[in-house]
Amino acid sequence: MIILAIDTSNQPLSVALLKDENLLATVTLNNQQKDHSTLLFPVINQLLVQAELKPDQLDRIVIAQGPGSYTGLRIGGTAAKMLAFTLKKELVSVSSLAVLAAPMTSIDSQTVIVPLFDARRQNVFAGVYSYSKGQLVNLVADQHLALTKLVEILAVYSKIIFVGGAAHKFGDFLQKNLPQKDLSWTTGILDYPQAYQLGLLGRKKQPLENIHAYVPAYLRLTQAETQWLAKHQEKLNEPLVEKF
Amino acid sequence: MKKEKRDLILAFESSCDETSVAVIENGKRILANVVATQINSQKRFGGVVPEVASRHHIEQITICLADAMQRAQITYDDLSAVAVTYGPGLVGALLVGVTAAKAVAFAHHLPLIPVNHMAGHIYAARFAGEIKFPALALLVSGGHTELVYLPKVNCYQIIGETRDDAAGEAYDKVGRVMGIPYPAGKQIDELAHQGKDTFNFPRAMLNEENFDFSFSGLKSAFINTVHHAEQLHQELDQADLAASFQQSVIEVLIGKTAKALKKYFVKQLILAGGVAANTGLRTAFTQTMQQFPQVDFLQAPLNLCGDNAAMIGAAGYVAWKGGQRADLNLNAVPSLEFDWIK
Ligand SMILES: [Zn+2]
Repeated sequence: MIILAIDTSNQPLSVALLKDENLLATVTLNNQQKDHSTLLFPVINQLLVQAELKPDQLDRIVIAQGPGSYTGLRIGGTAAKMLAFTLKKELVSVSSLAVLAAPMTSIDSQTVIVPLFDARRQNVFAGVYSYSKGQLVNLVADQHLALTKLVEILAVYSKIIFVGGAAHKFGDFLQKNLPQKDLSWTTGILDYPQAYQLGLLGRKKQPLENIHAYVPAYLRLTQAETQWLAKHQEKLNEPLVEKF
Repeated sequence: MKKEKRDLILAFESSCDETSVAVIENGKRILANVVATQINSQKRFGGVVPEVASRHHIEQITICLADAMQRAQITYDDLSAVAVTYGPGLVGALLVGVTAAKAVAFAHHLPLIPVNHMAGHIYAARFAGEIKFPALALLVSGGHTELVYLPKVNCYQIIGETRDDAAGEAYDKVGRVMGIPYPAGKQIDELAHQGKDTFNFPRAMLNEENFDFSFSGLKSAFINTVHHAEQLHQELDQADLAASFQQSVIEVLIGKTAKALKKYFVKQLILAGGVAANTGLRTAFTQTMQQFPQVDFLQAPLNLCGDNAAMIGAAGYVAWKGGQRADLNLNAVPSLEFDWIK
């Protein structure tokens, strides 16, 4: 099975081509000046050319579904959804936080893995994972939450490893608020999402039944919707989107 | 008998709150034009919330494509190119269409044609008749009010534009003061037909030499009139208010356009953009154009005045014929503009 894996959830852009569990080609870019919109398709094209493959030889597209930057999620999500739909291929979506947690295969089963992204104003997107019998297990669902809430959740675990660039940023806070714990942080390449890991996770999942229904996992309503819902308990009778 | 060669353009439009995919034959015939509108969603907020718009686009985009391909009864092999709006518009919204168009072009080895949304609005008129160059286009929409000179095909030059609010924007703001839900244009137009121009709102910049517009003064005058009456507990006639507002907008649009028609020799005047669906405006223009018998008058069809991908396909077709291509690094350009005339 030929797999194209795409992660544009945050600043880094990572794309990989896999043949089953083997890596054919991969690129991870972290260019602050350029955006995913200009980079994504040239990178996909480059990888396919290097692997001597044509788009219709892909069997499955795996997309990092979020959480992350809304714009990034939409660029990758639209690309993956449209490629899968137009080429009639399988689409699989995987948590962007799971992608960060995935390489920690050698961690002992007592340690929980906490990948996190900065969601600004002392908020994060985070989830709690562990490895059990070689399988990545999600213990606490990915969510958008205040850092203070995150440390409350983490209080029940004794050994924690934090993953991702944002984990370093909040290092002091975490250390101070989880004083009795055995905490550690990943470094180097492990701080960046690797689409190869995404491809491996996506390889084992069931493809989506309805490609049309795919939307990124933003894990947060827009501010306008939150405010509107606060004022309107009743449901809107009309469909939000109408087609002509 | 030899069949006419069929050039099919697949077009995407997602610059604001409509997700649309169309299939256009030879630049002038609509085989499919699917439009998913978010009006019901956006009217909850009294206007378009960019993040909400972007989220709806990704929900709709493949569904619209599936519908368009099915209605047109074609396969990807039948296509000549993929056209897409890359600006102006909301950046997050534009990016969904641009990325979707790239995916289809890349997957099926088709050329990608970048289209300026405003060129699209002008080419909505192509479905009403042939465009004759040189032409002048008056574009009036929620985001834009501009006069564009078209010396030849694929060449668009601004000769005047609004310095503040777009005409459509003024309609929505005035609508809010009158308690008319977003988008207010249609209802104000209907009300205006039942009233008379009794308030004599200002006609901004009408006597200036340039071809620019301004609608913020009109908007302020309108709001002041309404607030003043409220303080005095006076009841103002809603129909007369609407008629007075609309009359000021129409007179300014017509005055400036007529001035441009006297300065630039053109074969045709094109009226396009969302506000071009306004019946008051259409009627007034049809009358005015009797003073210019040598100029052909082409109006975008009513159902294609709003945002849609058919118009992008028509503009994309002439761009494709003219050799315009985008690379896979095409980006959205939210503030994209035509060049000014030299
Ligand atoms: Zn428009």
